[in-house]
Amino acid sequence: MSAGAMDHLDELESRGIHVLREAYSCIPNLAMLWSIGKDSTVLLYLARKAFFGHVPFPLVHIDTAYKIPEMTAYRDRLALEWQLTMVVGRNDAALEAKKTFPDGTVDRLACCGLLKTQALKDTLSGKGPRSRLNHATGKYEPDPSREPFTGVIAGIRADEEGSRSKERTFSPRDQGNRWDLGDQPPEFWNQYKTDFAPGTHVRIHPLLEWREVDVWEYIDREKIPTVSLYYDQGQGRRYRSLGCHPCTMPVQSRARTPREIVEELRTGQFKDIAERSGRAQDKEDRGTLEELRRDGYM
Amino acid sequence: MSEGTARPRLPIVVAGHVDHGKSTVVGRLLADTGSLPQGKLEQIRSFCERNSKPFEYAFLLDALKDEQSQGITIDFARIFFKTALRDYLIFDAPGHIEFLKNMVSGASHASAALLVVDAREGVRENTRRHGTMLSMLGVRQIAVLINKMDLVDWKEDVFRGLCEESAAFLAEVRITPAVFIPISGLEGVNIAGTAAQGGASGPMPWYRGPTLIEALDRFAADRPAADLPFRMPVQEVYKFTKLGDHRRIIAGTIDSGSIRAGDELVFYPSGKTARVATLEGFPASPAEPLGAGRAVGFTLSEQIYVRRGELAAKRSETAPKAATRFRASVFWLGKAPLQRGREYVVKLGSARVKAQLESVQRVLDASTLKALEGREDIGRHEVAECVFTLRSPIACDRAEDNVLTGRFVIVDGYEIRGGGLVLEALQDPRSRIREKVILRNIKWQKGLIPREQRETRHGQRASLVVVTGADDELRKAAARSLEAELYEEGRYVYFLGIGSVLYGVDADIRGTAANHEEDIRRLAEVANILLDCGLIVVVTASELCQSDWDVIRTAVEPERTFAVWLGRPLTTDLRADLDLQPAGASEAVDQITAFLQAQGVLPRD
Repeated sequence: MSAGAMDHLDELESRGIHVLREAYSCIPNLAMLWSIGKDSTVLLYLARKAFFGHVPFPLVHIDTAYKIPEMTAYRDRLALEWQLTMVVGRNDAALEAKKTFPDGTVDRLACCGLLKTQALKDTLSGKGPRSRLNHATGKYEPDPSREPFTGVIAGIRADEEGSRSKERTFSPRDQGNRWDLGDQPPEFWNQYKTDFAPGTHVRIHPLLEWREVDVWEYIDREKIPTVSLYYDQGQGRRYRSLGCHPCTMPVQSRARTPREIVEELRTGQFKDIAERSGRAQDKEDRGTLEELRRDGYM
Repeated sequence: MSEGTARPRLPIVVAGHVDHGKSTVVGRLLADTGSLPQGKLEQIRSFCERNSKPFEYAFLLDALKDEQSQGITIDFARIFFKTALRDYLIFDAPGHIEFLKNMVSGASHASAALLVVDAREGVRENTRRHGTMLSMLGVRQIAVLINKMDLVDWKEDVFRGLCEESAAFLAEVRITPAVFIPISGLEGVNIAGTAAQGGASGPMPWYRGPTLIEALDRFAADRPAADLPFRMPVQEVYKFTKLGDHRRIIAGTIDSGSIRAGDELVFYPSGKTARVATLEGFPASPAEPLGAGRAVGFTLSEQIYVRRGELAAKRSETAPKAATRFRASVFWLGKAPLQRGREYVVKLGSARVKAQLESVQRVLDASTLKALEGREDIGRHEVAECVFTLRSPIACDRAEDNVLTGRFVIVDGYEIRGGGLVLEALQDPRSRIREKVILRNIKWQKGLIPREQRETRHGQRASLVVVTGADDELRKAAARSLEAELYEEGRYVYFLGIGSVLYGVDADIRGTAANHEEDIRRLAEVANILLDCGLIVVVTASELCQSDWDVIRTAVEPERTFAVWLGRPLTTDLRADLDLQPAGASEAVDQITAFLQAQGVLPRD
């Protein structure tokens, strides 16, 4: 059965689609987080495959107001082109009070906690303000819906760091958004936890078993549009992981295309360097990302 | 493999008793093959120094703070690793019994397993328990690693003895290990290179077998079940009309076999049939045929009502079973026992049905494989053979014939608490009727006008409304008024009294009490034909009981049937959709109409 033969990317793709469809069928009030980064953009593309060109749930972007400007422009361009329901959340209170880093009054981790974790929690629960893209005008307007999202699809991967390697595909969060790492539900064969007590929600991770190199090979194979920040523009550097501009550093690299990035990851200088090494919040203390994640961070 | 294509990846699980050295083996495997990020080893070494702990490779894996303080692996970690041949995804499963559910989560995704046994301690409780679970989960390729050989002076007789001991218990769970390897995780012997392997200069010159790496590379990859009959659980039927797309796409992941346009499909348990019109994909239509493991979508050439939970099969191939009872072999992970009289949910494929434990045939202690006598329920970490009764039928295969459509999980409350394999589908009181209905649906002769088209014309959903109760006057008056009122509103509706069927359709079996079930079945068959015409059929019958209702719902699609009890409180065991005590027939009609609107049978005002 030659036409039925699947390679490794086909397998990852089919499993990811299966998980997305399970989430759509079993979880009410579903949303997908789109950070504009390569992983969540692959996830968005997988959703379009799973639902035959449509994305039948809103995409949520947490705007820290410190994102690299090109990311926002790229987000809105694709949102209009792909007919996406785009919802943006932001912690305006913290921004107004200048509880930010490095130009404000708090340290790096507190800034992450407020602009990302807190903003995410409040956007998901509906406690915080949400704005929604109006496709007719191309502008964001206050979103009348305050209904909490009970399922959140996120593009995290097990190979990024220790705590993510222990995640479930369907990973429950309690009323306080907390992740109980010591008592995760069993998840076996292709059956997932799809029953939830009121007030709890679930994070869904269709890309858990993808590695950084798989993501780039898939972007290359499927010709998925990605932000140009990932590629060397002639200065000999590029971003390997994207975040807020004060806390994200580019890496030395001459890779200009997804194909060149694949080659670089396979054979080059990054073979031994962690993907998130350019992300300063991971370094303050060992296990920091894990602490952020227990409290609700992606 | 051509240049630049993705490398194959084999998922494996590492299992064994607590402290037998699983994480050390994996840590050593990573370190000795250059699979660790730069500086990672130094980072862990300095962490150990700061905390005055001896360095252990296990700490590499137990990257989380609370794990390091407890010294045991809480959850399974996914670790990526590669050899010259291919990539590996390793699930490092915890050995502590508390965390068996996590071990199961890791192992169920593995194609092969490494079972680590401490050379000093031999086969222990969790070695056996993990072996049993590997067998239940369907992991058949196993390498037994006799670890810590350095602590038994590298003695061959110790190794041989442990090989026999392990082989004996694995045989009881029908596993034949591919290989036994004497290793030392701590000293890195027989893990990666050949330098430290047996040989004349090594510590175990008597060992001539493969290293761990060589053994890993010999494992076969799981092959998609292409040779088995086509099976695809329907995950959902999509129609994104609001987004300007009028295709009606049946979506799912193919468990086994393959599919192409033109294939004649049967959906179980309903028995509905249709041909595949087009295979759908994005951004382009896929190449045919589509095989096992693929997430797919297709349209049908006829409009039939199928939904999530049904299993698609090909008419030309072996049919799956449709059953409400099955005998299964199960493992239980819940703190509260699996017991009779409690309602659970069984999830099999995309089906999800309420289930009860009917009887327990045999309970085994998973760590000793000894039968536990006189047991009526199944305790935590036990395995058993038992019978389940389901509220409504599901389609499945015997796990022996097709494990992908023969395995299920058991949900208790909000959590998955156990899993099982279908040993055989069993008969139930409705089996005879269900078989007739499936055959009737397969043989059904379709006209050119599908029901959906008729329904659209009349602005309604074809349904059967059964009005029952102990007050004959009221129910008959209400049923007739309902017909008249709906007719006035332009609905396509018909009142069918049971008397209209008893003396004609049932003439050959009239007057025998034993034929009551057959009377009901024939009534339902007549109603089914009328429903296919797009009608709303109003039937009235006195004091219907649940078994009558079950017969009706077996012969007519349950989602198109509604039971209304009118008047004096229920005198039978019927689980009615609507239980009304109206002042009169006209009030009853208003309430039934409002209910049918809410159900989407009638248009809203």
